[in-house]
Amino acid sequence: MSEADYFVVDGLCVSLGGKLRVKDVSFGLPRGCLTALVGPSGAGKTTLLRALAGLIPSEGRITAGGEEVSKIPVRQRARRLSYVPQGEAVHWPLPVRDVVALGRYPHGAPDPQRLGITDADAVARALHEVDLMPLQDRRVTELSGGERRRVAIARALATEAPILLADEPIASLDPYFQLAVMALLQRQARAGALVLVITHDIGLAARFADCILMLSEGRLAACGPPSAVLAPPRLADVFSIDAYRSSHDAQPVLVPWAMR
Amino acid sequence: MRAADRTLLAALLVGGVVLLFLVSLSIGPVRLSLGTVIEALVGGGTDVQRTIVQEIRLPRAILAVTIGAMHGLAGAALQGLLRNPLAAPSLFGAPQAAAFGAVLVIAIGVADTLSYALPLAAIAMAFVSVFVLLAVAGRNANLLLLILAGLALSSLAGAATSLALNLAPNPFASLEISFWLLGSLEDRSFHHVTLALPFMAVGAALLMMRGEAFRVLSLGEEAAQSLGVDVGHLRLQVILGVALGVGAAVAVSGTIGFIGLIVPHLMRPLVGYDPGRLLLPSALAGGALLLAADVAVRLIPSTTGIKVGVLTALIGVPFFLYLVVRQRRSLTGSLA
Repeated sequence: MSEADYFVVDGLCVSLGGKLRVKDVSFGLPRGCLTALVGPSGAGKTTLLRALAGLIPSEGRITAGGEEVSKIPVRQRARRLSYVPQGEAVHWPLPVRDVVALGRYPHGAPDPQRLGITDADAVARALHEVDLMPLQDRRVTELSGGERRRVAIARALATEAPILLADEPIASLDPYFQLAVMALLQRQARAGALVLVITHDIGLAARFADCILMLSEGRLAACGPPSAVLAPPRLADVFSIDAYRSSHDAQPVLVPWAMR
Repeated sequence: MRAADRTLLAALLVGGVVLLFLVSLSIGPVRLSLGTVIEALVGGGTDVQRTIVQEIRLPRAILAVTIGAMHGLAGAALQGLLRNPLAAPSLFGAPQAAAFGAVLVIAIGVADTLSYALPLAAIAMAFVSVFVLLAVAGRNANLLLLILAGLALSSLAGAATSLALNLAPNPFASLEISFWLLGSLEDRSFHHVTLALPFMAVGAALLMMRGEAFRVLSLGEEAAQSLGVDVGHLRLQVILGVALGVGAAVAVSGTIGFIGLIVPHLMRPLVGYDPGRLLLPSALAGGALLLAADVAVRLIPSTTGIKVGVLTALIGVPFFLYLVVRQRRSLTGSLA
């Protein structure tokens, strides 16, 4: 943890159903950084992310920009931290633009059809970011799975929060959209956001992320740059796999290769 | 949907309610023209006409429009909260539980049918039933779970009501109660209006103010919570609003079901599927529908009067089946 860290987690413990799921996790992340949260199924990734988003109670300290998150009023916290749940679905056939506009709710814009100039601009930027401008008048229920995922991400982007948390945003997308979404998240980070995503795709994590948090049985097994965290002994230890390693266009290539 | 279209929709619904209200005042053993009705309302006409319109038919029409509106609004709010078009108070056992509360008070003889104990008991039981339903079904519950839990609760409330009737000391009282359970607006006075209206007004206000939250909730509970909606508080407010409104309605009219299911479904496409804009049109259309049903039972020729609750159930149950067929795919999905 350093002075430059914007999002600092100290001694975080989360219990669910009487069982300790996240155990004494501490880390700090600066803005402008795309971080991948990886770990085997059941390691507590989603629980950790939900606790970071303030959706479930936790022990320990979480600070964003020097302020303790649990002490920030809900509406204000929503402006600082946006969260995309796993498989976010829209339950009514609303137009794409109106769904994305719900991301402006924390800014006091509850009515998608009566947005102020600032809010309308933010919605347009978010739609543009995920390339959904041409589909903005379609109803979300008519879209494909990949398009809906982009709607969910655009909804979170529209909030223009400095911290973006996303739970498996690329799961069950085709390869094209996996790359598209990772590139999009990387762009958000380059533009100054702090992006934290859960993913099972350690190959894409190695390629796109600036930092990797590796969770194992509720504990933070490692935290740092991909080359260090995804090193052979740790993959063997935590995931019980060996990986094929190479490089392409001066970027690391990592492909899960064999069980151990 | 544009703002102008929405204003037009609201205006048409208000127009329909006003017209049906006047028709309701004109229909009965003595038929009056609409002109006579308006005259009698503002204090003109003969003594007999004034008595018929102002004292006999006006409370009945007021109850029809407010109770219908309450059911429509409660349905729209529950559907918004649960994000499901098949959610309705009558499917979740709320009116049945409220009826049990009211029957219990009458059967054990602590109060007569014109005391405030009646709506209070009905509201309390309605609150318990909706609260238990949502607690049993849990968060993000699927429809199957909700409907099964609702079925269990309404069966329990029905059995409890039968038991109360069984044990009632006076057989004539139980006959009267059974008829009252069928749901009717006949022979209601302004006393009934004052009994129910305050509770319904509070319940309606609690539900009406949460339109924006229902809209954000379209994204699911987690996303809504992350956007700053206090979902736990919202649930409690909806349960309380539905219990106050439906409980008070049932206390004066018996169980009148299915308006809360039909009306939001009909209004939804007209407001662009936006759960935040569904509340007011559903209330207005609910009022219009119950007024129309209450006019219809007076027009259908029969030796004994048909109860309006029977009519809404006869229309409502086939409509429910139609919705089930339309939702078949997602329902089978939730079974798997």
